[in-house]
Amino acid sequence: MLLTITYDGRDTQDLGYLLHKNPYKVQKYELNLGTAYVFYPEVSDTRTTAALLLDIDPTELSKGRLAAKNPGLFDYLNDRPYTSSSFLCTALNRVFGTAMSGRCDKMPELAQSQLCLTAHVYMLPCTDDSLPHDFFAPLGYSVTVEREQVSDAFPEWGKSPYIDLTISGSVRLSELLEHLYVLIPAFSRKHYYVDESEIDKMISHGGSWLSTHPARNKILYRSFMMKRDYAREALERLDEAAADTEDTGVPTDSNTAENEDSSTKHIPLNTRRYEAVRAAVLASGSASVIDLGCGEGRLTELLLREQQLKRVGAADISVSALDRAKKRFASLPEYQQSKLTLMHGSLTYTDKRFSGYDCAVCAEVIEHIDLSRLGAFEKVLFGTAAPAVVIITTPNRDYNDNYEFLSGGELRHSDHRFEWSRSEFLSWAERICSEYGYTAEISGIGDESEGLGMPSQMGVFTKCR
Amino acid sequence: MQINRIELPEVCLVLLMGASGAGKTTFARKHFSAGEILSSDRFRELVSGDENDMSASADAFELLHETADRRLKRMRLTVIDATNAQKRDRAALIDIAKQNDLHAAVIVLDPPEKIVMERRESRTDRGSGGVPVSAVRRQLSGVRQSVSKLRGEGFRFVHHLTTQEEIDSAEIVRTKMWNDKREEHGPFDIIGDIHGCYAELRELLCRLGYKDDPDGIPVHPDGRKAVFIGDLCDRGPENVKVLRLVMAMVRSGNALAVPGNHDVKLVKYLRRRNVQVKHGLEITAAELDRETEEFRAETADFLDSLVSHYVLDGGQLVVAHAGIKAEYIGRASSRVRKFCLYGDITGETDSDGFPVRLDWAADYSGKALVVYGHTPYEEVYRAGNTCCIDTGCVFGGSLTALRYPENETVSVPAHSKYAEPGKPMAKPSAPDSDTLAAEYFTGELHIDTQLTPGIRIRENNSAAAFEIMSRFAADPRWLIYLPPTMSPCETSGLPDYLEHPYEAFDYYKRNGVERVVCEKKHMGSRAVIVCCRSAESAAERFGVDDGSAGIIYTRTGRRFFDDRDTEAVLLGRLRTALEKSGFWDSFSTDWVCLDTELLPWSVKAEGLIREHYAPVGHAGVHSLSAAERLLHQTAARDDIADPDGSGGHDADISVLLERTSFRRRAMEDYVKAYSSYCGRVGSPEDIRIAPFHLLACEGAVFTDKPHVWHMETLRRYITDWDVIFTATPYITVNVNDPEEVGIAVQWWTELTQSGGEGMVVKPEDYIARSGGRLIQPAVKCRGREYLRIIYGPEYLAPYGLGRLKKRSLSRKRELALKELSLGIEALSRFVGHESLTRVHECVFGVLAMESEPVDPRL
Repeated sequence: MLLTITYDGRDTQDLGYLLHKNPYKVQKYELNLGTAYVFYPEVSDTRTTAALLLDIDPTELSKGRLAAKNPGLFDYLNDRPYTSSSFLCTALNRVFGTAMSGRCDKMPELAQSQLCLTAHVYMLPCTDDSLPHDFFAPLGYSVTVEREQVSDAFPEWGKSPYIDLTISGSVRLSELLEHLYVLIPAFSRKHYYVDESEIDKMISHGGSWLSTHPARNKILYRSFMMKRDYAREALERLDEAAADTEDTGVPTDSNTAENEDSSTKHIPLNTRRYEAVRAAVLASGSASVIDLGCGEGRLTELLLREQQLKRVGAADISVSALDRAKKRFASLPEYQQSKLTLMHGSLTYTDKRFSGYDCAVCAEVIEHIDLSRLGAFEKVLFGTAAPAVVIITTPNRDYNDNYEFLSGGELRHSDHRFEWSRSEFLSWAERICSEYGYTAEISGIGDESEGLGMPSQMGVFTKCR
Repeated sequence: MQINRIELPEVCLVLLMGASGAGKTTFARKHFSAGEILSSDRFRELVSGDENDMSASADAFELLHETADRRLKRMRLTVIDATNAQKRDRAALIDIAKQNDLHAAVIVLDPPEKIVMERRESRTDRGSGGVPVSAVRRQLSGVRQSVSKLRGEGFRFVHHLTTQEEIDSAEIVRTKMWNDKREEHGPFDIIGDIHGCYAELRELLCRLGYKDDPDGIPVHPDGRKAVFIGDLCDRGPENVKVLRLVMAMVRSGNALAVPGNHDVKLVKYLRRRNVQVKHGLEITAAELDRETEEFRAETADFLDSLVSHYVLDGGQLVVAHAGIKAEYIGRASSRVRKFCLYGDITGETDSDGFPVRLDWAADYSGKALVVYGHTPYEEVYRAGNTCCIDTGCVFGGSLTALRYPENETVSVPAHSKYAEPGKPMAKPSAPDSDTLAAEYFTGELHIDTQLTPGIRIRENNSAAAFEIMSRFAADPRWLIYLPPTMSPCETSGLPDYLEHPYEAFDYYKRNGVERVVCEKKHMGSRAVIVCCRSAESAAERFGVDDGSAGIIYTRTGRRFFDDRDTEAVLLGRLRTALEKSGFWDSFSTDWVCLDTELLPWSVKAEGLIREHYAPVGHAGVHSLSAAERLLHQTAARDDIADPDGSGGHDADISVLLERTSFRRRAMEDYVKAYSSYCGRVGSPEDIRIAPFHLLACEGAVFTDKPHVWHMETLRRYITDWDVIFTATPYITVNVNDPEEVGIAVQWWTELTQSGGEGMVVKPEDYIARSGGRLIQPAVKCRGREYLRIIYGPEYLAPYGLGRLKKRSLSRKRELALKELSLGIEALSRFVGHESLTRVHECVFGVLAMESEPVDPRL
């Protein structure tokens, strides 16, 4: 990782004093994560440039200390040695710490003066071209972004996810360093060691200017993003294809909800969906219910609160979702916990544990099953478990026309294997009824859009006596 | 002293019963091993720390019952050392025995009161908390009052020992379970429901090679045994003749027999119990009425003595008239007997008045082959590891025998339609059930394979596999194989190499393998192909009836192509090649399973390359070039001071420049390495498939063939016929011949220098052993440049290579062997027409193994 700082003006060699680094030497500093070098490619009266090169041994990363706890293939092949990330900031702090504090005993006035400074940050992770402007322009810099193709040989692979960033302006050197120190990490896609001390550092270096920064929220949000979810590691190792995009991971209902809610108002669709399901379960007169595909257990939690329901089962195939559900349920009153049976279960394997409930709920689940496996799901639910009542909700594809973020038949969630139009859901329901001896009532959930129906559709299937 | 023999079945629940001080514990220790005895005192001590703490009894018995139940589930004899004086206590234990379909026995220790009381007095081990006199009296009277009622309570065996002499002289004799004939290894000819069809039976025995001995008893010259699966009589024309023949064969040791429901009913008739003389019994009855009383008695005794089912051939074969559930095998209870006689009846009747039967065979997932009859089918009905051989001879069908272990059937057609079936004979249904039951795939699993018995899958691994299978895998009916992981060769001793062929050859040399095959390793993605001759044959053999005629899937069981059209085109090309080359006919098959590599790598890995490799490559080259440029610029300054050697922070620019240039060049080589495996794929024409194992087809798993056979057969039938399918270059090497080894090293060097990934070295035979132990079926030996993709651009630098050389291979190799065993087992089970559950279990096991954390770079 590489950064240069250029001082244009008179007697620019004084940059050496401000940085506390001799411009006539190459100097090195041993850090925990590698070796930092400071050198000056050009030194003259009118222009002096200092370079900070951080030499991280990539194999050092793989030894675990600097990498993720469960090594996947990509902890050996990662971009961190070559890009400007929070590591660079650590080096900035260590190597230019005194300069950042604004102290310069030899030239205190120069340190407090606004100078014509330019910083060049190499390979800054950034996929959103507007971000550098949003972050640096309000601080008075002119901003230049250079982005190349990721591969010359394969132009179809598109643009590089890294930019070379140039900012220049009339600022104090200490300010420039603080700006870089606080803002570079906000570009990174991944943060590995976010803890509370990071907040302290941010306040101490950004306190004076960050509070009034128009992009303040965005900067803070991006800087303190949650650590990566390690629970997915096992999956990634098993299936490279699952690992190649982050979002083929666990289908969380919050994920879907976030997308959908952008175009609905008032009560989030997810809440309305749960409310509709809860009402239907109670109306069916059931005393016990199983939530199949319970995910993190948000619906299950609502069902547990109902006095009418004496027994509640909840099953999901995702180990990591179940772990989150377990945490959620651990804080429930003991009585509610005693009503609950949580299980790791699959909707394409028959399961004795699914039997014996009056009602089964599959809320936004079937669209995560491959169409070729839906027959197995039908047998598991309607053929084997065969509860008196089955409640199924699934997106209404007709309604997708209302979502601006979906173009050209795109589905609402990357793990959706299909989304059904109202007529497709209806004809499926009809077939289920005749094949397995149920009657069905189909309705919609959410605000109706003319000619397109409601965003979600619900089927309440009742077994024929 | 008279010896008092107490016979007990090898596996049963034994209650010792007697007052405190009756001598139960001493008796138990004398006759049973410590692990067999569950003592209430001991459990009290375990839960409370004090064996006399009666307040702990409820907890102690709960655990004792649970333990007894687990032991009986595992078919372990279990002895309960407790007073058992209360009926309530005994009933709970009898229930546990019943639940496990095993007999309960009781041994009552009932010495005179005087002895019991004396023993109580002299006890030193009980301290002050001993049992009060009044309680002992109560126990004694409880025991005596119960003795006569014990049979009625459900104890199959009751032994009442009333004197100290009887107790001291008792000897326990463990008798084998009646159904246990595991020592009988056959070979067998298992014969279906005869129903009085004597002529057909004679003809069948003749076809099977039986010859009459001087007494007129059919005997097989090779010592084969006939096994009759019941329903000898009723409906047919010559019932008495059949009875005579079967009884003679069984008595002379030439046959075994299990009873059918008709046989049991006949016994009742002969014993003059109340039965309805219909459904063909009237014919047998009329015939028997003409026989002597002696013959009738003999017949009744014979049929009455038959045991519900037999476990044969070390447990691999089970015969029962109407079949048997896996959990009933080897057990004895009225429930088991009923199942064996009548099948899985619900107790309901259908609209025609026939009892409703469930198809237990479809759910059967036991290890033993179950051969049965009872329900007539138009032809032999196989479902999973079961085989119904009642082909309705008496209804004008045929009489069928299954030859075991050959697993072939022999049938003779009926001479006449002797009776009208109540309803039309069933047609065997296609392998149904694409549903698997979760209970077989959750928790810790143990899978027995022919190559490696008792493979253990830990719970967290099975949970990971369960998730992957459910969310991403293709229809399980297609998944008949998953490939094993492959270990690299040991780390090279040469300074500039991490992997080199010498170590691969040396591995096999050390393990006594002389000839190995070196195959070019294609840098693509592993693809398993199942290709059927037609959609119809796919539906018939695999039960997948969505019109597809095959599949291409990844090493994790996921469909290779999201785009079904590309898959269909590739499968179509393969089908055409197989058709043209005459493969289907040469191998008498309608399907084939191939292990292949699909190229280019970017077909599957494009996302991976774009998301991970290309950005790292781009950022690396760009930032290192920039640093190099700035360093050159710095070095070119004439005012820069040399390091004065005073230490501190001074650095040498030339050293830094050199290092940065090295890193920049390494990075460029890295980009070159992965780019060479990326190709533009516009249509299926741009894809290449390199098959290297012809895994299996109908009736055969080809792991008994050497690798050269695989290569040549694949060439002859596939790669010679279509450019999409490409042959894998290979050479064979005698690892003991330095000259051949030299040639192979040269071959590898050229291969890897021209951009190849490397090679795979395999022993000549598919499955190789050394000193009885399996050895690696293959080790890979990857090229220097290729390994940059795996170990990073700079791995060859002295600071990288030294560390990497310490890698450990043992875990990877252990997994490779287990996965090999599971993969081949899956194929064998599929080829052997075993149930979906049994095949899926193995494939599931491979996937579970792959979730073990192992260095992914190996």
